[in-house]
Amino acid sequence: MTQPKIEFRNVYKSFGQNHVLQGIDLTIDKGESMVIIGGSGTGKSVLLKCVLGLLTPDKGEILIDGKPSSDGDREAFFARFGMLFQGGALFDSMTVWQNVAFRLLRGTLKRPKSEARAIAIEKLRRVGLKEWVADLYPAELSGGMQKRVGLARAIAADPEIIFFDEPTTGLDPIMSGVINKLIREIVTEMGATAMTITHDMSSVRAIADKVAMIHDGKVRWTGPVADMDHSGDPYLDQFINARAEGPIEAIR
Amino acid sequence: MNPVSALLTPIGHSTLAILAAIGRIAIFMAQTVSHIFRPPFYGRELLRQLLSIGYFSLPVVGLTAIFTGAALALQIFEGGARFNAESVVPSIVAIGMVRELGPVLGGLMVAGRVASSVAAELGTMRVTEQIDALVTLSTNPMKYLTVPRVLAATLAMPVLVAVGDAIGIMGGYLVGVTKLGLNSAAYIQNTVDFLVSWDVTSGLIKAAVFGFLLALMGCYHGMNSGRGAQGVGRATTNAVVSASVLILTANYIMTTLFFST
Repeated sequence: MTQPKIEFRNVYKSFGQNHVLQGIDLTIDKGESMVIIGGSGTGKSVLLKCVLGLLTPDKGEILIDGKPSSDGDREAFFARFGMLFQGGALFDSMTVWQNVAFRLLRGTLKRPKSEARAIAIEKLRRVGLKEWVADLYPAELSGGMQKRVGLARAIAADPEIIFFDEPTTGLDPIMSGVINKLIREIVTEMGATAMTITHDMSSVRAIADKVAMIHDGKVRWTGPVADMDHSGDPYLDQFINARAEGPIEAIR
Repeated sequence: MNPVSALLTPIGHSTLAILAAIGRIAIFMAQTVSHIFRPPFYGRELLRQLLSIGYFSLPVVGLTAIFTGAALALQIFEGGARFNAESVVPSIVAIGMVRELGPVLGGLMVAGRVASSVAAELGTMRVTEQIDALVTLSTNPMKYLTVPRVLAATLAMPVLVAVGDAIGIMGGYLVGVTKLGLNSAAYIQNTVDFLVSWDVTSGLIKAAVFGFLLALMGCYHGMNSGRGAQGVGRATTNAVVSASVLILTANYIMTTLFFST
């Protein structure tokens, strides 16, 4: 049996009386694109932040290549990750190319400015943005362009693992389709392991190899995306078909 | 609940909350200081902050100083006239500016300008996940955001206050010579004769401490900002209020240490 790239073992996380994660068990294999779905407030983002060490689980373990994610040098740890944030999280005091090349301008991956800029422009091209965008500031870009710049920044240092937090939130359906297609292409060509959090079912179908649904702090269902439509699970059926009636309470 | 408990419970809760806040700020301060001495160092960020916090605060500090010096000269002349001691105007303006009013008013003005903008900037970065993004890009936010701002304010404030002192004394001189009829050469001579180096040095030490405190408060409240526009607004207000209170408190403590015999 091959070693999973990311493994959640009985992960718990609470905020006061709000028990968000209540024993998450999940594995993501190398090169696999896993999409996590679930209602608002079910702990999807918390799960992602726990992997990155932005939050510490109360109980349980998160393993990366079989080793606890909290072990070792943090800089080396983060050098293996790329992340596309929900709102882009671009640094508004920097130009687009400086955002994309942020990691290449400092720290262990530092290289000459001209080389970092060339890589940034290449990555911007990869996400469909022209060179002239490089010298603009994030505030001068549309929402879709900001998402693409965020994507370019996430892949700038060729990470092994990429996280996508609600990659299509706030975008029109056409731009959502473009971002979904880009994510799928990039993950495939880089051979990276991807973990995506989304509510958008078109994203799920475009990006996922496998899907996991979180409900009540646990993984309710997981399996290949092709099996999602005939899972027989009433919770998953209600969610993917966007029905107000069903076992998931509409008002939480 | 009996009346005594009803009275004491909120006092106890408030006391605990204040102690917890002091503890959190103390830990934040210790972390900031420890990161100042540990690599990596972000020199370019430090230069950017020196420009933003130091250079761009010059107009506000200069304007505050010139009008304070001018008003001080008028007040001392008026007060001194009651004892036929109008000649003390130059020396008291100089001592008052360099020991007390230069650093304190400069500190409060820079707190208004810098602590608020730092808290709003870092608070917005927190709310828009830019600080989380920094972490995922292998960059420690304390080192990259807090240390350059705190260091820049600590280094820039003595320079700002030194310039402010000179401008404040100049304000007193202009009023003294043009409005109060004091002799120009005598005014300058009196200023130089009565001022000792410790007057200036103590004011500059105060300024460095005020710079450290105001930037620390801006960073602390910004990094711990609540969600949304309201959270950032509250962080900004808290930064200015706490920086101002700390400056006035630290001023009293340092004045006691430096000058009480």
